[in-house]
Amino acid sequence: MSILDTAREAAQGLVQGAMAKLVPLAPDSWIPGGVPDPLIARKHGLIGTSVSRLDGALKVKGAARFAAEFALDDMVYAALAFATIPRGRIATLDVAAAEAASGVVVVMTHRNAPRMKQPAVFGSSPTAAGPADLPIMQDDRIHWNGQPIAVVLAGTQEQADHAVSLIVTTYDVEESVTSFAAAKEKGAAPASFMGQPLLNEIGDADAMLAAAPHKVDQVYRTPRHNHNAIEPHAATIAWVGGDLVVHDASQLVSMEAATIAGVFDLKVEQVRVTSPYVGGGFGGKCLWDHQILGAAAAKLAGRPVRIVLTREGVYRGVGGRTLTEQRVAIGAAAGGHFQALIHAGTTATTPHNNMPEPFILGTRAGYAADSFKLSVDVVRMNMLANTFMRAPGESVGTFALESAIDELAADLGIDPIELRIRNEPEVDPTSGLPFSSRHIVEAWRAGAAKFGWDKRGLPGARREGEWLIGMGCATGTYPYYRMPGAAARITLDRAGTALVEVAAHEMGMGTSTTTTMVAAERLGLPLEAVEVRYGDSIIPGAILAGGSQQTAAIGAAVIAAHNALVAELLKLAGNDSPLAGLSPDEVGSEDGGLAKLDDPARRESYASILHRAQRDHVSVSAEGSPPLELMHWSMHSHSAIFCEARVNAVTREVRVSRFLGSFDCGRILNPKTARSQFRGGMIMGLGLALMEETEFDERNGRIMNPSLAEYHVPVHLDVPEIDVIWTDIADPHTPMGAHGVGEIGITGVAAAVANAVYNATGTRVRDLPITLDKLLV
Amino acid sequence: MPILVNGSAVALPNDPRVSLLDLLREGLHLSGTKKGCNQGACGACTVLVDGERILSCLALAVQYEGRSVTTIEGLSDGDGLHPLQQAFIDHDGFQCGYCTPGQICSAIGMAAEAKRGVPSHVSADLSTDVRLTREELQERMSGNLCRCGAHNGIIDAIRDTVAAELAA
Repeated sequence: MSILDTAREAAQGLVQGAMAKLVPLAPDSWIPGGVPDPLIARKHGLIGTSVSRLDGALKVKGAARFAAEFALDDMVYAALAFATIPRGRIATLDVAAAEAASGVVVVMTHRNAPRMKQPAVFGSSPTAAGPADLPIMQDDRIHWNGQPIAVVLAGTQEQADHAVSLIVTTYDVEESVTSFAAAKEKGAAPASFMGQPLLNEIGDADAMLAAAPHKVDQVYRTPRHNHNAIEPHAATIAWVGGDLVVHDASQLVSMEAATIAGVFDLKVEQVRVTSPYVGGGFGGKCLWDHQILGAAAAKLAGRPVRIVLTREGVYRGVGGRTLTEQRVAIGAAAGGHFQALIHAGTTATTPHNNMPEPFILGTRAGYAADSFKLSVDVVRMNMLANTFMRAPGESVGTFALESAIDELAADLGIDPIELRIRNEPEVDPTSGLPFSSRHIVEAWRAGAAKFGWDKRGLPGARREGEWLIGMGCATGTYPYYRMPGAAARITLDRAGTALVEVAAHEMGMGTSTTTTMVAAERLGLPLEAVEVRYGDSIIPGAILAGGSQQTAAIGAAVIAAHNALVAELLKLAGNDSPLAGLSPDEVGSEDGGLAKLDDPARRESYASILHRAQRDHVSVSAEGSPPLELMHWSMHSHSAIFCEARVNAVTREVRVSRFLGSFDCGRILNPKTARSQFRGGMIMGLGLALMEETEFDERNGRIMNPSLAEYHVPVHLDVPEIDVIWTDIADPHTPMGAHGVGEIGITGVAAAVANAVYNATGTRVRDLPITLDKLLV
Repeated sequence: MPILVNGSAVALPNDPRVSLLDLLREGLHLSGTKKGCNQGACGACTVLVDGERILSCLALAVQYEGRSVTTIEGLSDGDGLHPLQQAFIDHDGFQCGYCTPGQICSAIGMAAEAKRGVPSHVSADLSTDVRLTREELQERMSGNLCRCGAHNGIIDAIRDTVAAELAA
């Protein structure tokens, strides 16, 4: 690193440090969201109405085109071979039989792959999306069991699949760390997440725990998980001239295009990534080796390539959630007041990526306590890089914390809801920031009444036939995020229709529908007059479908673009308009045009303005404001999760018979799709609680259940009717008063199930998933 | 003899390894039928053959000579929707839409099975006609995975339409 770089970093650090100190102190009105979005006050528009998915007809007809469904002329099909050792070198790699097999066009290995740069690893720059800081098929080194070692291209998938089976490989095996215990013996290091240390210490939590009259002190464990979107990862890839087009299933088109451009030494604008429909993402549909290998092979063969990972290939080449071991210790006074809150533990990642599962995130703003010690340590294992999976941190962190609170409540003889409410903080207990919007107590009260919480009995007290029945509850929480870099382009035409373009993604969240609703409302247009385009890296800006931030990021970008549009339209309106002389601050959009805010009779339609200006259309782009609100307020979504579990007294199998989620997530934009998001999260939480586990062979680092037959996800019979309610209280400091709702649903669920199982049986399971063997005690 | 796909005659593939699923998706560009696992575990590839639901990924195309295959594309014409397709929209019985064609084809086949009196694992009484309780529908649809978690909406859509006659 040069002196210049060091100086630049130091300067950036100073600026960031100063911002972190100053932004909390700034007046609200200086901060994005300090003046509430006018749409929050609008009560009779589209927002809050139940709108069916606008892409619904395409999807139920099977007409929505996914990544593997673009047909290109002269296209060839790819198949991958995977390494079978965790670490070492390829000694021999015999591809002669594969090359000679019928229909084979090319076999690519490290020996003939185009020279490529290492992809910039996620977090190393705002546009970096690489899974790890490893070269891709550039040398003979093996870094994980399952690493791709060869790509076969053939005229048909059948030919490619057969040919790849003919490749014979031998290895020189090197020492590796493939057991968690061995990794811990080698030593753990303090972890950081998104550049921030995962450590909070307030007061002397150890001493206060030791002195506390009541305490719980337990270790909770969660295993590896895979996203298991039903659509396997796939891309259809073509070089057009010297430019690259990737039809992908991606939740970060712009970052992916930038990173791939770096790999192939291209300008960013030479790579176009499209992702019109994504068949489930959950954090898994980002940039992995297969897109780069597909592009490299297409370059080598001079033909377009379709690369579809087999289901096993998804497990070999696309990382999931890593394992955690979490100690939660709470010291409390007799009345339940928390005197010490300790949440500390260890997670595993690889030497080549930096994604420690940040399981303390939800604890930071969860409860008031006199002292805190929250920390995550990380150990390194030789395995496939792990990654984000739905609510990274909170999904598994709330299992430990909310189980421990239930244990403490039982010890204290206090109702677990009451215990939580007694420890409700007034400000964020670790950052000291005020909450932007926190109505968890209302969510608890409403949920408890609707669920019939008052009917909960003592552990093991309720039995119907051979079924033991219990109730449990837990708090869920997920932050409100808004990442920088989002932009929107609005093009308004003389017919009074608008095209809104955002580099965002539709993976089933309903983003394209809610974006259309919000844009129509903001522009004062009917739903039918607005078209939203998304999922294409040629659209300005970058909007990661992650951190449940799309709704907020799009919302703020559309606000900025709308402001620019109003200013541009006023310029075009000129002196003959009823709007003449007004400034952008004085007018708003309504009913297909602009009107003076305090005198709506002074108005002119968009069509009229464009007509008089002799313009067919007007187009503006703008970037959303920097997300300073995240440093000014503590911003979170909350939920109260209720579960009724039935445990068979003979076999100990667990069935969840009732679920209720009571959510506090700002204003709900589209109840129909939001309910589905909440339910979907809760169902993935049910899987986390009862069945999901990526089985990892600690002898050799190989995933042992790489299939949907052996990795169990909830099926129809596992899923009860799920009741969902919400406070619908707008967060005054966010666009539309809304929060993203994609991840909150999974949080708290595993603890609610575990607590219900305890109430049914009297047995605590602290090691997920809660399979029947753990209850046969 | 050809295969009939949505009423059109289709030649058998030359390569006997081609699954019915790959014939549909790659050969005929009928990509409404989805590949989720290619090993019979997820149900995304479900199609109807002479009215019965099958997993097209586990079927070799050449085995279906002379048979009539209906895919999601064959359930409705043009802008029209099959009542079950409309019900999926009304009940929000999908999110990403990838498992959806398989769920819809499977439900139609399932309703026909129930009508024929085929019992399921949760049928308590094998001597009476099948009544499609919610639990029966859940059991009978459990071969079709959904990862987004649209299960409630899917079952509601089926109850309102193809299972309405036998609903209990």
